[in-house]
Amino acid sequence: MNFSVDKENNRINVEREFAAPVGKVWAAWTQQELLDQWWAPRPWKARTKSMDFREGGTWLYAMVGPEGEEHWSKADYLSIDAKKSFSAIDAFCDADGEINKDFARSTWTNTFTEANGSTTVSVVIQYDKYEDIEQIMQMGFKEGFTMALGNLDELLEK
Amino acid sequence: MKGDIFQAIADPTRRAILVLIAAQSMTPNALAEHFDTSRQAVSKHIQVLVDCELLTQNKVGREIHYYFNPVKMKEFDHWLTQFKKHWEDRFNQLDQLLINLNSNSDEN
Repeated sequence: MNFSVDKENNRINVEREFAAPVGKVWAAWTQQELLDQWWAPRPWKARTKSMDFREGGTWLYAMVGPEGEEHWSKADYLSIDAKKSFSAIDAFCDADGEINKDFARSTWTNTFTEANGSTTVSVVIQYDKYEDIEQIMQMGFKEGFTMALGNLDELLEK
Repeated sequence: MKGDIFQAIADPTRRAILVLIAAQSMTPNALAEHFDTSRQAVSKHIQVLVDCELLTQNKVGREIHYYFNPVKMKEFDHWLTQFKKHWEDRFNQLDQLLINLNSNSDEN
């Protein structure tokens, strides 16, 4: 996986190759029953409330934690070029999709390229300013996507 | 007792305070001039940031100056690593899903 933070342009770039043709990889990124199976890193689970994959449509979903806690997010689709690319603006929100304005939104552009039966997905996450990137990383950390909060205390002891 | 660093950062006024102090150490009065809220409100925000060690204070004569704590930047590197791992975990799950899709169907 390639991962880089482009501080100059307030951008995060993530790129990864998958051993599957573009049709399947595209489906995994654009169909709710498939997204729900991989979008949230364990032990969290993604649960879609509604998804309308078309330009102007919205994906509303929750990240559900081991204790049943819910963090709601949504993505408003801006442009879709089937099996090639799509872009969306994300947001933290409540269960009704009401946006939490304390957090910056970012624009995602996902590009799919197939070669020799494998598909490379390039994700560009564009923020308005660099502080937004810091904030969102700290959020992701807080939500326990990858670590228990106990580890945070350890980290802060250092 | 340390405060919750994320609660501290979640507030837009406190983020603005951090940005200002990161550029230059400041007294509470100098800081308050940048905001429409009361001096007391700004002081409360400062205290939250001090509690979680994002700001350190230094007495100069009768005045207290607040400084941005660079240790936070080290932690930020750590966050970056975590953020990256989040993506790796997610993609590993997608690998697994794609393997399952391949064995279940042959639509391509």
